[in-house]
Amino acid sequence: MSSIWENANPVKFSRLAGVVLPWVSGFAAVALVVGLVWGFFFTPDDFRQGSTVKIIYLHVPSAMMAINIWAMMLVTSLIWLVRRHHVSVLAAKGAASVGVIMTLIALFTGAVWGQPMWGTWWVWDPRLTSFLILFLFYLGYLALWEAIDNPDTAADLTSVLCIVGSVFALLSRYAVNFWNQGLHQGASVMRAGAVTGTDTEEKVSNIFFYPLFLCIIGFVLLFVALVLLRTRTEIHKRRTKALLAREHLG
Amino acid sequence: MIALLTRDLKLAVRAGGGFGLGLAFFLIVVILVPFSVGPESVLLSRIAPGILWLGALLACLLSLDRILALDWEDGTLDLVATSPLPLEGVVAVKSLAHWITTGLPLVIAAPVFGLLLNLPAPGYVWLILSLAVGTPALSVVGTFGAALTVGLKRGGLLLSLLVLPLYVPTLIFGAELARRGAEGQATTTPLLMLAGITFGAIALLPFASALVLRINLR
Amino acid sequence: MPDLGKYAAEVLSAYGVAIVLLGALVLLSVRAARRARVELEAAEARRRDR
Repeated sequence: MSSIWENANPVKFSRLAGVVLPWVSGFAAVALVVGLVWGFFFTPDDFRQGSTVKIIYLHVPSAMMAINIWAMMLVTSLIWLVRRHHVSVLAAKGAASVGVIMTLIALFTGAVWGQPMWGTWWVWDPRLTSFLILFLFYLGYLALWEAIDNPDTAADLTSVLCIVGSVFALLSRYAVNFWNQGLHQGASVMRAGAVTGTDTEEKVSNIFFYPLFLCIIGFVLLFVALVLLRTRTEIHKRRTKALLAREHLG
Repeated sequence: MIALLTRDLKLAVRAGGGFGLGLAFFLIVVILVPFSVGPESVLLSRIAPGILWLGALLACLLSLDRILALDWEDGTLDLVATSPLPLEGVVAVKSLAHWITTGLPLVIAAPVFGLLLNLPAPGYVWLILSLAVGTPALSVVGTFGAALTVGLKRGGLLLSLLVLPLYVPTLIFGAELARRGAEGQATTTPLLMLAGITFGAIALLPFASALVLRINLR
Repeated sequence: MPDLGKYAAEVLSAYGVAIVLLGALVLLSVRAARRARVELEAAEARRRDR
């Protein structure tokens, strides 16, 4: 019985990533293409929101990923600090870049959805504001990685920042909630009755839910594939660096 | 540790920048606001609590890199780290010194600046209270940011990028408390939240700062 | 092409931007991965030669 910690060995991780990567990325591509095409071409318009419902297939998955990626970074940062597995912290680094893009997509699709629905690109609504703050946290995290030369120092510092940042991000979430009650409806994906997000919870339905679910799976798989790929890239880079250093010595 | 505190305070006073710079910056922000939004006193008194809080926060931010950078450059930090003092305590003292040289003057001067912005009369007590409760958190969080970026050249901009998101909860509750006080609304919730954040930050963040500092000193 | 009605611009721009961003991310990741692998293999080869 092999333990999950065996993958903390960079060589084993790389091998595993090599085996798994084609499958994951293949499934991700299939799920995304089918989900988005299904959502874009074959779902009806909402009776109130018109064709803008179609944005849901991008907005909801990217927003979910934006938050969950930060949570994943928190876990891998903790693992790095406790068990000193390099793969773990490199995965956090790889995930952060994906997280930034997801946050950007969520913000952008939200803005173009909000424009026709609420009559404004941007409101200082708690959810929107929280995402903006989350975006800043991602930027700070990545900027700290870039700024420090020594990889182990960078890993330690960014991990601590991630943990402290998580606490403050949660605090900000509550502070922002307190500061302004918003326009944005609650997270409604799991209540299948409110998937289109009109604040009336009257209808709708699996027509929207199935492609949306597929898109969410697609985003998750895409994220996994990207993290595997980026983590392996980082491992390769480190190995190259070590080899070069040895060459210069020898 | 008290020796360290008095040393930091003396250095801040002798270097001249300590008390004066933050206050002057605060003053300039407050003076510039009417130029940018117009001189109507109704508008000014409405936004006064927010502006004063923002000014205090920026003044705080401006002086953060001085907390540790000078000691880092001349090697004092290595010396202190190898001394029997716990690094957590050292970091806490550094935050305290920063608060006394930056936060406290802001708290004391804030009513005068409130006058300039036509702050409503009931607002003064709440403004002072909110700043007095909130600015220690700014210093402690700032010390954490300074500890993160201490070894870096040109760390100033990065420091702002790292610290500003961490300031969000304090700013929201602090400004909300001052605003509600000025408008005569219920103030208990933001006051408790602000105090909670400050005490939590004081209790926990020195450990994180010391941890980060140890990593940087490695 | 489905009829998007009066919101065509919003919907299309949302899809356009999201796909461009994701595509760029994938492309950059793949390219970085390839470069890292090539450099690593070169370094390994040099080491074996000696």
